[in-house]
Amino acid sequence: MTQVVLFNVFNGLIVGAFYALMALGLSLILNLSGVINFAHGGFLALGAYLAFTLIPFIGFWGALIVAPLLTAALGLVIERLLIRPLYGGDPLYGLLLTFGLAYIFEDATRFIWGAQSLPFQLPAFLTTSLSSQFFFVTGYRVFMIVIVVAAVGGLFAVLNYTRLGMRIRAGTRDLDTVSTLGVNVRVLRSLNFGIGIYMAGLAGVLAAGLLGLSPTIGANLIMPSFVAIIVGGLGSLLGTLLGGLMIGVASGLAAVYFPSATEAVIYVMMGLVLLIRPRGLLGEEGRVH
Amino acid sequence: MTAARARAFDAAVCLLLLFMPFWMGAIGGYTELATRIVVMGLAAMSLNFLLGFTGVLSFGHAAYFGLGAYGAAMGIKYLGAGTIPAMGLGIVVATLAAMAIGALIVRRRGVYFAMVTIAFGQVFYFLAFRWNSVTGGDDGLTGWHRLPINFGFATLDIFGNDKAFYYFALAVFAVCVAAMAKLIDSPFGRSLTAIRENERRARFLGVPIEFHIWLSFVISCLFVSVAGALYALLNNFTDPRALRFDLSGNLVIMAVLGGMRSFWGPLIGAAIFVALQDYVSSRTENWMSVIGLVFVLVVRFFPRGVLGMLRSGAKA
Repeated sequence: MTQVVLFNVFNGLIVGAFYALMALGLSLILNLSGVINFAHGGFLALGAYLAFTLIPFIGFWGALIVAPLLTAALGLVIERLLIRPLYGGDPLYGLLLTFGLAYIFEDATRFIWGAQSLPFQLPAFLTTSLSSQFFFVTGYRVFMIVIVVAAVGGLFAVLNYTRLGMRIRAGTRDLDTVSTLGVNVRVLRSLNFGIGIYMAGLAGVLAAGLLGLSPTIGANLIMPSFVAIIVGGLGSLLGTLLGGLMIGVASGLAAVYFPSATEAVIYVMMGLVLLIRPRGLLGEEGRVH
Repeated sequence: MTAARARAFDAAVCLLLLFMPFWMGAIGGYTELATRIVVMGLAAMSLNFLLGFTGVLSFGHAAYFGLGAYGAAMGIKYLGAGTIPAMGLGIVVATLAAMAIGALIVRRRGVYFAMVTIAFGQVFYFLAFRWNSVTGGDDGLTGWHRLPINFGFATLDIFGNDKAFYYFALAVFAVCVAAMAKLIDSPFGRSLTAIRENERRARFLGVPIEFHIWLSFVISCLFVSVAGALYALLNNFTDPRALRFDLSGNLVIMAVLGGMRSFWGPLIGAAIFVALQDYVSSRTENWMSVIGLVFVLVVRFFPRGVLGMLRSGAKA
């Protein structure tokens, strides 16, 4: 029993790490630009499929580096052409536009790569189990955790110690002032969007190795990411990270004790958080709007 | 629009609706499509009560639509209820859910409100999806159908005769739409518009903002669940897709496409959207891309919708 529980907690942490990676990107974009990027799951799927296509040419490691960058590049193009004109307007329109983009992404993925699930080839040494007792600790899962920790660490380092990061954080507080101080806000928003999409692409490559490829892979991960943001608290990236991990573990535990509530439990958690602490775990007072 | 022109427009809409099963065939449609337009039109207009007239962005109305659908379906299948009591069951269940969830989210605004409503909507989707033994899971709830309505003095065969069902749906539509029009015209409705235009000013004038938004949310969900119940009856079937978030998004785009600042806008948006979806999905497998493109084009080029454009065209 202990092993089963451990297995599911571990699994939950891994799934939670995905949610967190997705949600951090969403959160970045939402905080600075006020756009809920519904197409985030579409970008994730794109990252996964690009990696699938690239692996025969440049190998897994090459794909791990290139696929998220290509995804981010497409993200920049879409931001420039479609999303930028909506900044500052009614949030309804950003939501609707990215919602439509999500439809197009899912359909395009299905059109290009087919509706069937595809196998995703991993390097052999990553798929072996590291311990006979804890069979579930495969090399790939450990590797995933390392990558997620590195990505999240990298993100927080960029935000805290680079000029770009400071501008993003300042812009999140008061974009007008940042603009008045001579920062090109358009470029700032573009770069910020690119970073968010890069995280989605990276999550996609990692998810493909764990879950396999299917056109709906992104759509299945986006809702929990919203929940992660709400549970963690709007405006707090640390909260988003925490929220993602928490709901991952919660659904892992639910899978042991109440299998039919595996998905629903995270929404119950969200309800409880909204009831007891409406601004979220680490959300700042007065920033809940 | 002047009052006279508005009345003429109302009359034209009523006439078109009244004879829709007859002119639908002439332009390549069919009666079931006409019914679907009326049902989705009701759903979009109900959503717009909140979206357009209160200015609150809900992206999770599919949940209440679906609860209405499942309530009606289960009422007939498990309780052996008649068509109208079964609809009543769906509406009550959905409205109770809206009251509870509305209380949790009523202080949220803008993007945050949208995000919370989307997320909460998914609870019911997973419930329907997972609770196989009762809901039929992913395959949906089958093995039941709508029942003829017995008025005592006469029986309306809405099951055998699809035109009869159209007029039944239209009658329900008319009652709901008249009720919403009445509400929008009432002092309560004026306060909702005041909240939309300037929440802070409305608060200073003594409007209890949270209570009004909550009530508007509940009313909107109530009417959307009526549409959901009708939708299940129309298909003699319901499945988790009636609850899923893409339906919520579709309802919002219907409202925006038609014009969310006008009363009839969402109905027009629903007619265009439903007809387009019906046509495109019969022509190509890639209908999702076309629908997605509609979203993008509407946002970029017609953000005020068909009626919004007509109105500003008339002014200029």
